[in-house]
Amino acid sequence: MLKGRSLLEPKDFTIEELEDIFQLADKIIDAPENYEEVCRGKLLATLFYEPSTRTRFSFEAAMCRLGGKVIGFSEPNSSSVAKGESIADTVRTVACYADIVVMRHPKEGAPRVAAKSTEIPVINAGDGGHQHPTQTLTDLLTIRRERGGFDDMTVGICGDLKFGRTVHSLIKALSRYNNVKFILISPEELKIPEYVRKEILMKNNIEFKEVEKMEDVLPELDVLYMTRVQKERFFNEEDYIRLKDKYILEEEKMKLAKKDMMVLHPLPRVNEIAVEVDKDPRALYFKQAKYGMYVRMALIMSLLGCKKVSYMKEGKQC
Amino acid sequence: MLVNTIQKGIVIDHITAGQGAKIIEYLDIDKKVNTIAFIMNATSKKHGRKDIVKIENVIDIDMAVLGLIDHNATVNIIEHGEVVKKIVLTLPEKVVNVIKCQNPRCVTSVETKAPHIFHLIDEANKEYRCEYCDDIVSMKEGSQNEIMH
Repeated sequence: MLKGRSLLEPKDFTIEELEDIFQLADKIIDAPENYEEVCRGKLLATLFYEPSTRTRFSFEAAMCRLGGKVIGFSEPNSSSVAKGESIADTVRTVACYADIVVMRHPKEGAPRVAAKSTEIPVINAGDGGHQHPTQTLTDLLTIRRERGGFDDMTVGICGDLKFGRTVHSLIKALSRYNNVKFILISPEELKIPEYVRKEILMKNNIEFKEVEKMEDVLPELDVLYMTRVQKERFFNEEDYIRLKDKYILEEEKMKLAKKDMMVLHPLPRVNEIAVEVDKDPRALYFKQAKYGMYVRMALIMSLLGCKKVSYMKEGKQC
Repeated sequence: MLVNTIQKGIVIDHITAGQGAKIIEYLDIDKKVNTIAFIMNATSKKHGRKDIVKIENVIDIDMAVLGLIDHNATVNIIEHGEVVKKIVLTLPEKVVNVIKCQNPRCVTSVETKAPHIFHLIDEANKEYRCEYCDDIVSMKEGSQNEIMH
C-alpha cells in the first residue's frame, strides 16, 4: 500500500511496489484519457529550492494531466525561505494547503527533513548530489519497456559518478535485481561515493568494476547511462573545466557497442553525447523524458491513493 | 592509591588507558556539583593499564556516548555501597545528536534544529552513516570526527 507514503530514495519501495507503479504507468501510456480526472480536487505543492526545468515541468504536467492542480515556487528567494524560514516550518505550513509535496533542494537529505515534519507524502525531486528517485523510476520504466525487464544485464554508468544523484539512485535500485553487473566509467576524481561502494555494491555482493576509458568496455554493455559533469556541484571551477569534456559519446564509439545497447541520459545534456548520436535508434534519452511524466503520474496517483473510476464514456466501459 | 568506595553512583571500569578524560568531558556531568574520582593508568590484569572513573550520586548517564568513546569499558551501578547492576557496553546502533555530520552538503549544515542521526554500519571499523546524506564517518581512535558537546 503506497497511499500516504513518501519517496525519498529508491529503496523506500519494494520491487513489487515499483512493479505496481510501472504497471500503472503502462496503463496510463496506453489510455491517458482514462486518467484525466483521477486527481480532481487534489493539490500538489512543488518546492524547488534549486533550478529545474524537466523535473518540475514533468511533475506539473503529470498532476495537470491527472486533473489535479499545482502550487509552489521555483525560486526560493520569492518565498519565506528568503526570510530564513526552516525547511521543517515551510513544509508544515505548505501541508496545511496541499495534499502532496515535491521537493528539490541543494542540500543532501533535505526531503527527509521535510518528510519528518509532515504527515502528507513527500517526493524527493533531487537533493544535492545525493539521490533522485523519480529519475530512477523514469530510467527503470524505460529499461522495462524497451528491454522487457531488469535481470541479467551489464550497465555502464559514465561521467560524474561522485555528485551524480541519478547515478546513486539508479545503482541503489538496480542492485536489487538478479545478475545486474555495473561498469563504472569515470575519472579518479569523480568516482562513486564511499557509501555507494560499501553500503550498496559490496554489501550486496554486486559485481562491479571501475574503469577510466569508455571505449574499452563499450562492447560489454547492455545499457550505457551517460551523465553530465555538473558545474554547480564543484567548489573549484578549474576542476570542472578540466573534467567537463572527459567523455563524449560519438558515432564512432557507438560502432563499438552492441546492436541493441540502450543509451540513456537523465538530461540536460551538454557535450557528453554528440548530437549526431540522437538519430541512432539506440539513443533513448528523449523517449526516457516522456516516460518520466507517465511514471510520475503513476507515482502521484499511488501516493494519493487515487484510483481510476470506471465510468461510462460514450457508451464505452473504461 | 586509595579512593573511597561510593554509596550511590556509577563506576566506569576497564576504560582504555587515556580515554578517561574524554569520557568525563563528554558525559555532560556537572563538574561543579558532582564528586568525581578519576584514576589514570591503573594496573589491569586484562589490559595492562586502564582508566577508572567514579561518579557519586549520578546513575543516569548517556550510554550511547560512552559506548561510542570506549565500548570496552564496563559500567557498575552502585546502590548502598554495593554493585547492583553491571552493564557491558556495545557500540550503539543509532545515535542522535552525538556525532556531528561533517559533510558541508548535508542538510544538517543549514537546518540547525534537525537532529544529527547516525546509524552503525561497520562495527569493526566503528563506522556510522548519516541518516540524511549517507556520509560515512569513522569514530575510530585518531579519526577526525568528534563527539558533539
